[in-house]
Amino acid sequence: MTALQEAVASRTGGLEPKSVAFEQPERSGVGTIQPVDQACRLCHAPAPAGPSSICEKCLGPLEPVYDPGRRLPSRAEIESRPHTLWRYREWLPFRGTPVVSLDSGFTPLLDAPALARELGVARVWVKNDAISHPTASFKDRVVATALNAAIAFGIRTVGCASTGNLANSVAAQAARAGLKAWIFVPEDLELGKIIGTSVYGPNLVRVRGNYDQVNRLCSQVADRYGWGIVNVNLRSYYGEGSKTMAFEIAEQLGWRLPSAVVTPMAGGSLITKLHKGLREFRDAGLVSGTLPRFYGAQAAGCAPIVNAVVADSAIEPVVPNTIARSLAIGSPADGRFALEAIRSSGGFGAAPTDPEIVAGIRLLAETTGVFAETAGGVTVAAARRLAQAGRLRPEDEVVLCITGNGLKTIEAVRGDLPEAPVIAPKLRELVALVERTQGPASPAEVN
Amino acid sequence: MAATVNLPSVLARLAADQKSVQAAGSTLGEVVSDLTRRYPELGPRLRDEKGQPYPYVIFYVNDEDVRFQGGFQAPIRDGDEVVVVPAIAGG
Repeated sequence: MTALQEAVASRTGGLEPKSVAFEQPERSGVGTIQPVDQACRLCHAPAPAGPSSICEKCLGPLEPVYDPGRRLPSRAEIESRPHTLWRYREWLPFRGTPVVSLDSGFTPLLDAPALARELGVARVWVKNDAISHPTASFKDRVVATALNAAIAFGIRTVGCASTGNLANSVAAQAARAGLKAWIFVPEDLELGKIIGTSVYGPNLVRVRGNYDQVNRLCSQVADRYGWGIVNVNLRSYYGEGSKTMAFEIAEQLGWRLPSAVVTPMAGGSLITKLHKGLREFRDAGLVSGTLPRFYGAQAAGCAPIVNAVVADSAIEPVVPNTIARSLAIGSPADGRFALEAIRSSGGFGAAPTDPEIVAGIRLLAETTGVFAETAGGVTVAAARRLAQAGRLRPEDEVVLCITGNGLKTIEAVRGDLPEAPVIAPKLRELVALVERTQGPASPAEVN
Repeated sequence: MAATVNLPSVLARLAADQKSVQAAGSTLGEVVSDLTRRYPELGPRLRDEKGQPYPYVIFYVNDEDVRFQGGFQAPIRDGDEVVVVPAIAGG
């Protein structure tokens, strides 16, 4: 018996796991949501709706197929709906109405003039998923769609392979939905992401290995137990949730498109879905004009997609070595599609070093008041590199996608920030400190 | 040399519903050839028209990703365990 089987047995009282048969829903009849059918992204073979994301014909990835004749809402109709990601439900892979995770999405789009000046571009907007509900990362979007698919398929145990943010979100949203959760993460994840997962009461498993090894294990787990692993066998439905970030950007800009988007890349799914989302909005006539140039950001210590962009080559997997652990995926499953989005849009890529990433976190915080996790530092530092290289232009209106909260990765910046001084509760000590910090006060400053 | 090849469900159907199959060869490529000879429908799922691995079907030998071990040239020893995983997960 493997360590995982032992862990499962200890949680299930030694019951044998099911192999591929899926558990029946405990609350049948509650949900009115129905996932759409799928098709292979490579060979285009059709596949029925179900908890499988692999094409049986060629083993390529499946994606949902939308009815091209479905009724689409107008701008006004969308604007009249609640401020959640479900206001764009016609572009999400379901018929009917969602049954769980109803509150995620619609994070702020912040004007960032000081950061624009730093980068030397006309305007910067920060899409701030660092305050996403409920777990402060963009993964709340994809988990919302994945869990609705899981429930529609009668699955009552969900899970994920995660670099942290996804673990947080699956644990939280599964807890609220009353689903069991098995969550797999690399052993050395940041403390905030471990605690931010275990607090919700899932079965959290720390695996001795990097994310790619965790990911492989999870593929085998999904195959063996029939659980709904959101980024494995529910991936087709999961990934579409990312498009809502693009929809929000377009709506929040006043139903128009920016000229450039910079976004972090791990498995490569987000940039692909942002590109797809804006294309769908343009096809629906909700926005017009040229699609933005998409720029992908990775850490220098794990940059398989950026390496391929720069070398104009195919993706070669790498062994990750970076503080940006949420992006530390050396074998990006959607890398080829990310490359297509970047190349077809006229974008590029950049891979800043770890010190640049920390500087990027601080730059965003000090100019915009947003504390991003390491992935956000990668995005800002990449934008700085792209601007210095002339890839981002002075006339550009740039959206930076900030996908996670800095409170989850305080280890990354802790050693880079000055120690806060400690004083006695006496005014004369404070006066001395102020004078040491900014010189003697002028009479006009003192009451 | 004989290795144990563990197949995902989607491929096991093409190998007489066996999730675990013994196959012979001194390299991974030879193991895949042996499998293909015995289960012809598996062949086009495991390697492309040039006999090379697909970018989205990943092989592991004793938990090591063969893309870092020479691909189909990765050596196989008696008792090695090969795992085949479609590369659809991640993120």
